Amino acid sequence: MLSHLRPAIVLIALSTALTGVAFPLLFTYAGNAILPFQAGGSLIVQNGRVIGSALIGQNFTSDRYFHGRPSALTGTDPKDPSKTVPTPYDASESGASNLAPTSKALLDRVAGDVKAYGGHDVPADAVTTSGSGLDPQISPETAALQVARVAKARHMAAADVQKIVDAHTEGRYFGLLGEPRVNVLELNLALDGSRVSVAKE
Amino acid sequence: MTWNGSAQIALVLTLVFVSAFPVGRYMAVVFEGRRTWLSPALAPVERGFYALAGVDPQRGMGWKEYAFALILINALHFLLLYAILRLQYYLPWNPQGIAGMSPRLAFNTGASFVTNTNWQAYSPESQISYGAQMLGLTVHNYLSAATGIAAGVAVVRAFAAGGLRTLGNFWADLTRCTLYLLLPIGTVAAILLLVSGVPETLAAYAQASPLDGGSQTIALGPVAFQEAIKELGTNGGGFFNANAAHPFENPTALSNVLENWLLLLIPFSLAIMLGHMVREPKQGRALFAVMAVLLTLGVFGAYAAEAGGNPLLAHAGVSPAMGNMEGKEVRFGVALSSLFNVSATGTSTGAVDSFTDSYLPLGGLVPMFLMQLGEATPGGVGSGLYTIVVFALLSVFVAGLMVGRTPEYLGKKVQAREIKLAMLAVLILTLFILCGASLSLSLPSGLSSLANAGPHGLSEMLYGWTSATENNGSAMAGLSADTPLLDYGLGAAMIFGRFAFMIPVLAIAGSLAAKPKLPPSAGTFPTTGALFVGLMIGVILILGGLQFMPADALGPLAEHFAMLAGKTY
Repeated sequence: MLSHLRPAIVLIALSTALTGVAFPLLFTYAGNAILPFQAGGSLIVQNGRVIGSALIGQNFTSDRYFHGRPSALTGTDPKDPSKTVPTPYDASESGASNLAPTSKALLDRVAGDVKAYGGHDVPADAVTTSGSGLDPQISPETAALQVARVAKARHMAAADVQKIVDAHTEGRYFGLLGEPRVNVLELNLALDGSRVSVAKE
Repeated sequence: MTWNGSAQIALVLTLVFVSAFPVGRYMAVVFEGRRTWLSPALAPVERGFYALAGVDPQRGMGWKEYAFALILINALHFLLLYAILRLQYYLPWNPQGIAGMSPRLAFNTGASFVTNTNWQAYSPESQISYGAQMLGLTVHNYLSAATGIAAGVAVVRAFAAGGLRTLGNFWADLTRCTLYLLLPIGTVAAILLLVSGVPETLAAYAQASPLDGGSQTIALGPVAFQEAIKELGTNGGGFFNANAAHPFENPTALSNVLENWLLLLIPFSLAIMLGHMVREPKQGRALFAVMAVLLTLGVFGAYAAEAGGNPLLAHAGVSPAMGNMEGKEVRFGVALSSLFNVSATGTSTGAVDSFTDSYLPLGGLVPMFLMQLGEATPGGVGSGLYTIVVFALLSVFVAGLMVGRTPEYLGKKVQAREIKLAMLAVLILTLFILCGASLSLSLPSGLSSLANAGPHGLSEMLYGWTSATENNGSAMAGLSADTPLLDYGLGAAMIFGRFAFMIPVLAIAGSLAAKPKLPPSAGTFPTTGALFVGLMIGVILILGGLQFMPADALGPLAEHFAMLAGKTY
């Protein structure tokens, strides 16, 4: 039975060399050469500074920006390491609330957020946390609920803001797959009229 | 439920079902050692592997030798991963300076990846370096998948002819599976994922200056290549904590469809492969039908529950139109999310693109119940195939009892020894799940791991033990799993669930292989056609149901009725 030791060790070594080193490195170098934007994390650069990733949501709180969904992420309190504090859209981590459908904490949180959106018939994505805590998108309905607030803060006509929202609303692929959505960071960049360039590694 | 949602689900399932036929045929060619269209490029590589390893691919192994070789390489590979995780601080590609893992978490993670479970008791962003992801986890994704498929193929060979003394050469099966099946599909899929936005970089985490002020650190890594095999090999361990809900693992609905297709492809193809290897494609199609019916029912069951939304939230003023969106991503919506999570628990993948802990009680019951059915609908790569063969043996036995015929399956007489081993394999896992979950729920250290109160807390613990023992790896992720009790307990459950099932099944295969292959006679109960498919579905549901319904009634079912009554915890 010891005769099996050599194939076992050799095959582990070969698998590691092939699938653990050669292929990942090949993908890394070829990816960065051919598809640098995607391979590097779809980073958006403005005036030479990385302002975020097109795929990762950000924590918007001021009235002049559209807001993303609530994020369930928490981190260590910098002032007191024994406590945790909310760290919405902190992309050095990821995760969900994991609150049960019958959780009182969930209902209390949602009831508070529902008020901010008018109190009834609120689109579900506006008051629920995503799976990743980094969801870059909201539904067109949730965007529409924020148009008046953003227009007022920017002294713009609501119709003009809605037009920008519409231009950044993506439909289902082939009219079938996925859901209608608005990328919040891209929408807010468009509102700011920013010039966007692609990050180079 | 909407027409659009149902159509999305139907489209993805159809894509899987259609592609399983050519892939299953191709796999039969690969594992019979015949030439494939990739041979001109890969045969020299394959010969090189054998030369270096000192392997004669033609030399067959009896079931004991096959099992020994399989356990040996897995044991060595487990030790290597344990070492990598403990020492990752000193290994290359660690730009974040991530420290070595604690011994108990490294044990749990090692057990998790060597058994194809890929349970995550750790947070990858802060606890696993790029180097450990590549050298450790990616390699295990490949090898544990190939191990499972090899065992499945060995079981099929037992039915291919009469009077066999061997089940094939384990080293050759492992090598051919990796080179001809996993690497080619994995590579093409990784390219598509990269194009859709999945990163592949060794650069440190990006520092961003968000529009609305503050700062944002963005975790990156060599994700695309690992993501592809994570789904294709029904592994399921996420590069990131949020698994396939993370936009970097799964950026669009299209990448989601691709990943969903990948994780279902090989388990369904293996049923078709069985048909070709026993020279009776109908037999493979019957097993395929059993898998397809149960999975489809599960998907639509979960989708129906989730699409209805949470009545408690509706009462608070949330529109039910989008369904239950807590823990789900906007780009996937309720339909693709339900499909993904049910696919990943019907197989032993355990990846998630939405968080099961926040599913409605019945929506979360479906993934748990599919695991409790024994991971055969369609199950993990290889493990699903040998599990459904066990159910086929039990079904012919039950049919034989009912109509007084000698039980035979694929021309092999099924006798007391095989049925005893099959029942042992099935019951031993149930025992482990129910005892583990009950024990953890009676210990203060187990109860302190629960994130939610009430019946949902019981669901979390039951789900965890089910997932680990059945080698699935998905979680009701609120459960704090990095505790001494659960690190060691669930780690042991994963190893036990993998090998205490696989070895009796290989023993069955060894015993059946030696028997003569009987031609079908008038007394043979046909194992193709709707009658047998229906019988098998009945056996699987009744066996799983009888074993787990009492426990499930205390968790998800109790929570469902509490929710309808407006009760919260």
